[in-house]
Amino acid sequence: MIYLQLFLSFLQVGMFSIGGGYAAMPLIQKQVAETHTWLTMSEFTDLITIAEMTPGPIAVNSATFVGIRIAGIPGAVIATLGCILPSCFIVSLLAYIYYRYRGVSTLQNVLSSLRPAVVALIAAAGLSILQLVLLQGKNPMDFFLTGENSIGLTDINWIGGGLFLAAFVTLRKLKWNPILVMALCGAAGLGLNLLI
Amino acid sequence: MKPFIPSPHPPGNRRKILIQLFLSTLYISAFTFGGGFVIITFIKRKFVDELHWIDEQEMLDLTALAQSSPGAIAVNAAILVGWRVAGFAGMLVAVAGTILPPMIILSVISFFYAAFASNRYVALVLKGMQAGVAAVILDVVCSLGSKVLKERSVLSLFVMASAFVATYIFNINVIYIILAAAAVGICKQIVLHRKPGIPTR
Repeated sequence: MIYLQLFLSFLQVGMFSIGGGYAAMPLIQKQVAETHTWLTMSEFTDLITIAEMTPGPIAVNSATFVGIRIAGIPGAVIATLGCILPSCFIVSLLAYIYYRYRGVSTLQNVLSSLRPAVVALIAAAGLSILQLVLLQGKNPMDFFLTGENSIGLTDINWIGGGLFLAAFVTLRKLKWNPILVMALCGAAGLGLNLLI
Repeated sequence: MKPFIPSPHPPGNRRKILIQLFLSTLYISAFTFGGGFVIITFIKRKFVDELHWIDEQEMLDLTALAQSSPGAIAVNAAILVGWRVAGFAGMLVAVAGTILPPMIILSVISFFYAAFASNRYVALVLKGMQAGVAAVILDVVCSLGSKVLKERSVLSLFVMASAFVATYIFNINVIYIILAAAAVGICKQIVLHRKPGIPTR
């Protein structure tokens, strides 16, 4: 019975979260902390912290975490299956439509307008991570719009900025493997922060 | 019979392709911190630049599909890449490769999560890695963006600039941005062909 509840809860998370991790968060909260009281609000906050610090989608991370706490490893597997099942059906259908009709001129015009928008979305995601690294979450737009929260030189994380520049140059000019670059940044971040 | 989705590979070395697909998605998923767009950039580096299994335009189309479908972007992207590379079996293999690392890591962590979340050294390593993630994403953006600039199309530039302003400055939900860009494409079709956008076959 608990397995069925876990499955149905995460099926809803998988079916109704459109737009990635942050869109899934309120749905997960509703399912695990409100509809069912599987986690307290403070446990839920911890879960989000862990989900952000570890690889993988927030929905899959939450399904595993909640599943294990409620019903052990089988619970984790069932909850995770529930949250990916809607994707498997809907995305497979879209893949079929895409490959069947992508030669049709309407779809080509739609896709050619989508591509620059997708590049912009990726750019914005990258810039907001860079902003988090450089300014520790302060938003320069606040200052431009309201004149409050001005950003001084002391607010800038110079170590993070240096790591970013070094990583960017090795990726663009030397074409290093991105996962190697990220791992080196992690090691350098630990080393430099302990030294300085 | 025509295949469901065209695969770029001859049927002979299927087993090898499936193993490589599984290991690639496993590797990408295990080392990709951050949201869906981060994993998209890694998938692009691996499957477009390194393995040449998917071309770049197709990758952008798949990104738009993954982004606008329900569910986790990483899982959606794995489903699309899997279908493309090796059909139904490829889809299963790519999804398994994508969800196994977070499942294993979270299972381990859930047993001692308080210590992990408040550990100072873990936090410093992760902070350093964030700088690397930002660099990886912006590197991919430079490559993709320069292709859009080379199109020399005013409409593409307009869509790119307004999508950027809408998401970065005004925090508009990405779904609306994708729908708006699709609407621009439909208008373009109507203007160019003077007939409604129903696929004619």
